[in-house]
Amino acid sequence: MRFTKDHEWVVLEGDIATIGISAHAAEQLGDVVFVETPEVGKTVKAGDSFAVVESVKAASDVYAPIGGEVVDANPVLGDAPETVNADPENGGWFAKLKVADASEYEALMDRAAYETFLQTQ
Amino acid sequence: MPTDTDTPLKTTPLTAAHIALGARMVPFAGYSMPVQYPDGVMKEHLWTREHAGIFDVSHMGQARLRGVAPLSAFEEVVPGDYIGLKPGRQKYSVLLNRTGGIVDDLMAGRPVTALGTGDDGLFVVVNGACKDGDFRLIDEELAGQVTIERLENRALIALQGPEAAAVFQHYAPAAAQMVFMDIRLMTAFGVDLIVSRSGYTGEDGYEISVPAAAADDVWNILLSDPRVRPIGLGARDSLRLEAGLPLYGHDLDETVSPVEAGLTFAINKNRREQRDFPGASRIARELAEDPARVKVCLRVLEGAPAREGAEVADATGAVVGVVTSGGYSPVLKGGIALAFVPPACKAPGTPLKVIVRGKPQAAEVVTSPFVPHRYVRNVG
Repeated sequence: MRFTKDHEWVVLEGDIATIGISAHAAEQLGDVVFVETPEVGKTVKAGDSFAVVESVKAASDVYAPIGGEVVDANPVLGDAPETVNADPENGGWFAKLKVADASEYEALMDRAAYETFLQTQ
Repeated sequence: MPTDTDTPLKTTPLTAAHIALGARMVPFAGYSMPVQYPDGVMKEHLWTREHAGIFDVSHMGQARLRGVAPLSAFEEVVPGDYIGLKPGRQKYSVLLNRTGGIVDDLMAGRPVTALGTGDDGLFVVVNGACKDGDFRLIDEELAGQVTIERLENRALIALQGPEAAAVFQHYAPAAAQMVFMDIRLMTAFGVDLIVSRSGYTGEDGYEISVPAAAADDVWNILLSDPRVRPIGLGARDSLRLEAGLPLYGHDLDETVSPVEAGLTFAINKNRREQRDFPGASRIARELAEDPARVKVCLRVLEGAPAREGAEVADATGAVVGVVTSGGYSPVLKGGIALAFVPPACKAPGTPLKVIVRGKPQAAEVVTSPFVPHRYVRNVG
């Protein structure tokens, strides 16, 4: 699993990247009440806003950590957005992308680097 | 509101208590204030609806207005009947500019003891972000008629929720005799308090003005009751939104009149006839005809919560208004919003759309409040 400075995570399996928000981000947001996942078929670049996560208080953009075509969006989040809080780095995934350039993945932080990054925040 | 990053944030007498409780502190109205505690907005909100929440609202501006005839003087800047306000009562009103726009909303009352003594001008509480401008305006408009003593040495604590009364009355038995919008001077916790049975959550409860030096003690004693949890500004906002109550700087500003904002109850009958308040001609016209826009309550029936700034469209898709505050209702488990729309769209049941991130979503005008108020209007 790799992480971004915007607190997204991504796991790469073959050329399919699964993306979500980190446990730290979910804790900071508080209770998630709505998630807008991207439409399947949409193409995104690394850094594009591609989903929105909303708490009681505010809406926050979720940025694509890696470029590609959206091939799946988590259907659970429509009726159970709280899954993002309950299981942020697994069942609370947002979307899957078919990745164009796997080297973008290698450039992201691993967990140790992300933990170190959080210490500096 | 503008936040000047060069100016250090002010603290309240309870800032250290918030930090000790693990609050997340944010800048608000020039103060460092708790937006949430470790429970988070959702739990804090629901706790207040079910039990009792304690809020630090010491950023708000407290003052005494005194003079030969402070009630009639005050009527020169507000549309409420303050001459008719009885000792021991308070009234919600709006400070008006000369074109009938709202400079701030406020509470002003005549606190007295249980024996009816201690009547001493008007005790006024205004919004924190507006307080300097408000008191400057009152001072200018009422020069020579009232003196303003700002009570900066007092904290303000709100205790709200269905269990708030039982908690507070244990320490302040005199508070049991009060009904909604009563205001009393009393001694409790060993200090002098100014207590009103009011708040801004839609729940029963009290707002408690306490000498700054005793604020920490009063806060901690009330918080030691297992029915009480600390509640931050995040849940304060979602609670007032569910109660359909407008928030200055969002739903109210200097262009909005009390008629547009649905605050006609604050324009008393005798004042309407006298037309002797700032902006009276505009307000009389809006009462007789319809203003161009009115505040409505919207339920968002699908999709994301609509937040401040979201456009409102009618059934044909034409943009007719804007959301001035909106969010997620923890009680109704869906999006709710206050919006300004033409009067033709104001009837409950009117289908409208809110446009969130470019997408129209179904919404419907509903009656205010979203969640019923539970004010106590009679006691034993």
